[in-house]
Amino acid sequence: MAAHRCNIFMLVFVLCGLTYVFVRADIEDTNHVKDAESVAVDIARKANIGASLRSTKTEDQTQAAEKERQWEAETNPADAPSDNKADHVHDTMQNLDSRPAPYAKDQTQEAAEEERQWEATEVKEADHVPDTMQTPDVPPPTPAKDQFQEELVIRPLHSGDIYASFQFRTMWDTDFLRGSKVSHYRLFPKSLGQVISKFSVRELHISFTQGYWRTMQWGQPFLPSPPGAELWVWFQDTVTDVDGAWKELTNVLSGIFCASLNFIDSTNTVQPSASFKPLGLGNVTDQRFLRYAVLPREIVCTENLTPWKKLLPCGSKAGLAVLMKSEKLFHSSFHSQALHFRPVCQDWKCKSTVWELRQTLNVVFDLHTSGQGKREWSLFKMFSRTLTEACPLASSSKVYVDVTDNPQGELFELSPTTPLLSQAVVLGDRRTYSVYDLTNQATFGQTRSLNMLLRWRAAESGDMLRPLLHGERYVAGYGLQTGEIHTLMYNNHPYRAFPVLLLDTVPWYLRLYIHTLTVTSKGRDNKPSYIHYQPSKDRLRPHLLEMLVQLPPNSVTEVTMQFERALLKWTEYTPDPNHGFYVGSSVISALVPSVVAMDTNSTRECPLFSSFFPCKEESSYFMRVYTEPLLVNLPTPDFSMPYNVICLTCTVVAVGYGSLYNLLTRTFQVEEPSPGLAKRLANIIRRLRGVPLL
Amino acid sequence: MAAPLTLLLIVAVTIRAVLFRSSLAELIPERVEVVSPLNAWKRVVEGLALLDLGVSPYAGDVFHEVSPLSIPLNESNTSIHPSIMADALTAVALYLAVKDYNKTVFRKQKYALEAERYPLDCLELIRTPKEMYYIPLKVAMFYLLNPFTILSCVAKSTCGLNNAVIALFILCTVKGSSLMSAIFLALATYQSIYPLTLFAPALLYLLQRLYIPVNWQRSSFWLFTTQYTFMYLGSLCVMVCLSFFLLSSWDFLSSVYGFILSVPDLTPNIGLFWYFFAEMFEHFRLFFICVFQINVFFYTIPLSIKLKEHPIFLIFMQIAIISIFKSYPTVGDIALYMAFLPAWNHLYRFLRNIFLVSVVLLACSALFPVLWHLWIYAGSANSNFYYAITLLFNVAQILLVSDYFYAYLRREHHLTHGLYLKRKDGSEATLVLK
Repeated sequence: MAAHRCNIFMLVFVLCGLTYVFVRADIEDTNHVKDAESVAVDIARKANIGASLRSTKTEDQTQAAEKERQWEAETNPADAPSDNKADHVHDTMQNLDSRPAPYAKDQTQEAAEEERQWEATEVKEADHVPDTMQTPDVPPPTPAKDQFQEELVIRPLHSGDIYASFQFRTMWDTDFLRGSKVSHYRLFPKSLGQVISKFSVRELHISFTQGYWRTMQWGQPFLPSPPGAELWVWFQDTVTDVDGAWKELTNVLSGIFCASLNFIDSTNTVQPSASFKPLGLGNVTDQRFLRYAVLPREIVCTENLTPWKKLLPCGSKAGLAVLMKSEKLFHSSFHSQALHFRPVCQDWKCKSTVWELRQTLNVVFDLHTSGQGKREWSLFKMFSRTLTEACPLASSSKVYVDVTDNPQGELFELSPTTPLLSQAVVLGDRRTYSVYDLTNQATFGQTRSLNMLLRWRAAESGDMLRPLLHGERYVAGYGLQTGEIHTLMYNNHPYRAFPVLLLDTVPWYLRLYIHTLTVTSKGRDNKPSYIHYQPSKDRLRPHLLEMLVQLPPNSVTEVTMQFERALLKWTEYTPDPNHGFYVGSSVISALVPSVVAMDTNSTRECPLFSSFFPCKEESSYFMRVYTEPLLVNLPTPDFSMPYNVICLTCTVVAVGYGSLYNLLTRTFQVEEPSPGLAKRLANIIRRLRGVPLL
Repeated sequence: MAAPLTLLLIVAVTIRAVLFRSSLAELIPERVEVVSPLNAWKRVVEGLALLDLGVSPYAGDVFHEVSPLSIPLNESNTSIHPSIMADALTAVALYLAVKDYNKTVFRKQKYALEAERYPLDCLELIRTPKEMYYIPLKVAMFYLLNPFTILSCVAKSTCGLNNAVIALFILCTVKGSSLMSAIFLALATYQSIYPLTLFAPALLYLLQRLYIPVNWQRSSFWLFTTQYTFMYLGSLCVMVCLSFFLLSSWDFLSSVYGFILSVPDLTPNIGLFWYFFAEMFEHFRLFFICVFQINVFFYTIPLSIKLKEHPIFLIFMQIAIISIFKSYPTVGDIALYMAFLPAWNHLYRFLRNIFLVSVVLLACSALFPVLWHLWIYAGSANSNFYYAITLLFNVAQILLVSDYFYAYLRREHHLTHGLYLKRKDGSEATLVLK
């Protein structure tokens, strides 16, 4: 008996020892790699925090922080040579351009480069004719070929906040795709143009947002965007390997915008079937060429703003972009910067298409609290800058201030006053704006600078029209095993029902159960007329749920779905696993009935902010609402004891093996008591002597 | 004997029906000890919902059943759920199988007695018809009234179906119908690969029944072996092809068998795999998956050699090993091999630590929900607590099985060498393994 047990334990120990030695030896390497990674992450964090802290100091210091961060972006691929994605970035960056790219090469050149770019454009503008003479193979860029417009809309919100929306539009009549390589860039950013022609991109929409847009307090934004980073791209139908192109594109964009877009992989990319139709011209609506991804965890900061500003023809040196001081822009309740690239009609007959690049930046300032309760704002207060000139390259440069609520000037007082008023139909509402035309020198007046000042007279502004469509989302349930996602969609229209498209992308580690899907409005079951569901594959692709739901008038529609939380491998958790995992916003897209007739002619001269979403009919307008992202906790293993677990489990297996081995290989025998030591010695001697044993 | 069995069935069905209508019916299907990703009823429903939406159930990573089996389950509008029927079927099959097996055992014992092959002092070990009379009923009772089975049935886990198929396979084997035995074995293999290891005991039993000695030189041995293998592989092929034609895609292979073998889902369960592979270093994963999976198949050949005269005990051993070392075990699997314990009643006197093992098993069963609650809901414990209990539970199972194995071998030894062994010097001897 004793011997039997002894054997088991011996076996167990030997096995354990072996396993430990084995595992230990190899783990040394893993740990090195891991350490290096975590250090890199830490540095990146510090740089990030540092940047935001220092942004309140001088601009030079901010620049330094940016440089540090960009250095990060460049050294990361070198840190992890095994990382394919990183390699890709490197390769593509090099393939793309032989010219020293300002964002990825020597950082000391950066400021100089920017300066040069600015001067060079001016030179180009001045010596227009000689320039084209030197390059006879390129068609001469006539002024009609490309044009640039900039505008800023300022809307006082009913909550007392100020909403400022910049839009910059570059239109270019060129061919990015067909054979002849575009080599002559004037207003259009070259770094982006090359990416677009290399990857045959037809439409590209990218947004970086910090904060959540509060629809119920602020109304609708001109351009909605979800918290974090959002990227969706329509490729040309000539692209054969869409996934490959998408992967490379995200890595390149990650370099261009200094963002972690390289974290976009198959586990967070989907192909929505209906929610993201092309916004520009084009007849291809096959979703095979569409890729959509959201990174809800992405933090937006100065290092994303700088490369974004560099894409503007005037940089941040002239025009409206001088207002974009990062220490002010990021000291706000909401910040969203976006870039939209798409083909549009050139004229109302739509005989030819031009490429349109829109860069938008939306900020909501909470001046009420920062201004010691005084309700007044000025450009200087918001941006700590005033306007002195328009961008010389811009064909139009305007500032709009929403004065709809203030027709007689009883609510607030705006100075300097402007005689120009403009009316525009935005998001189903006719709004009146005071317009300041920056191309007109008279706007700047005697002081040669424009600093609009708005002072409220009344303490309370009027009631806000409730937004017609609005969405909310939350996770219900307790514990770490299961849960339920609730999405609420509000139709605030008093008598019209309208259909909405709901898009949900849920990561694979929340296992959705589609049979638990319920849609109820007004206490009754509301069966969706269209459901497109793509179940997830573990570690491969997320869940995608799209459905078309009719929202009854003046109602709340609730969509619920149960999920199960998965236990992941210990290496799949984020460095702060108990913070939770983000689930991107749901997207609600709808054609909302409009009170006023919408403008269906997209090519007519109208303010930029009112012409983004194409409008097919007069009675309704397109609207997109993003819900809150979710933060979900997952059960975690104990990260500190992989060795212990390996040893203990192996021990149990060894116990099983040992006891069965014992019984299988041995036979029962009668135990003979072992003779004492003296007897054994005596026997040895007897054996030597050849005498019979005792 | 039919009357007590009927009564037992009625009692068992009543208990289940009552539980189905109680509030526990919502709670139990969520328990990780009772359902695994492989056999959860929720996932079957999900797979059918996906089919309704026009998506292949294997497109996602939720559904891991082989399809033709789950589709009839959908038409379960009857008042008696298929899982109850599966349990009743298993119990009846086990009852009949054990009854027949006991007859065989008794006959063999009689021949041996008549041939005076047993030593004289072994009369104590001889089994009497009286004690053997109630064994089939006890087996059925152990299965039907085992809390593990009841839980698994109330959770509507498809594990009950697997058990029913294996029980039918045993019945057919014991009855000597080699074709049906091969078909049911193929069906069990098709559901979850592991019953593959039951091929060896079934073959041994059928050979024994036909009085064909296991001899490599004999053509009759080879003839029967090829015949049985062919039946088995043929019916397996038919089932796999049937699955293919039903959805006309081979996706199910990776989604069912790939899922079982590569263990991608680390949802906690009572087995050894989940925490081990959650904490595993990435570059060792494949190696350890192979090591752990081999464990199930590894013991088949040595056990078949050691127990070639006792195929039914070999079946018991194999089922137990499968339920301990499979990748997604549930309590329903344990219930199946525990049902056989009354059949080895006569080994009781040789069991060494049955008390300790049963106490550990009971304590662990009680601690599973407690520690799960502390980890997942209260947040006052972490995963290690639950993991520790799974370890202990598995150690207890291993000890239980090896104890029975030891006792069986020891009884066989005594039957040949006499019960009261003497040393050379005439003093009372103790038996050791050497």
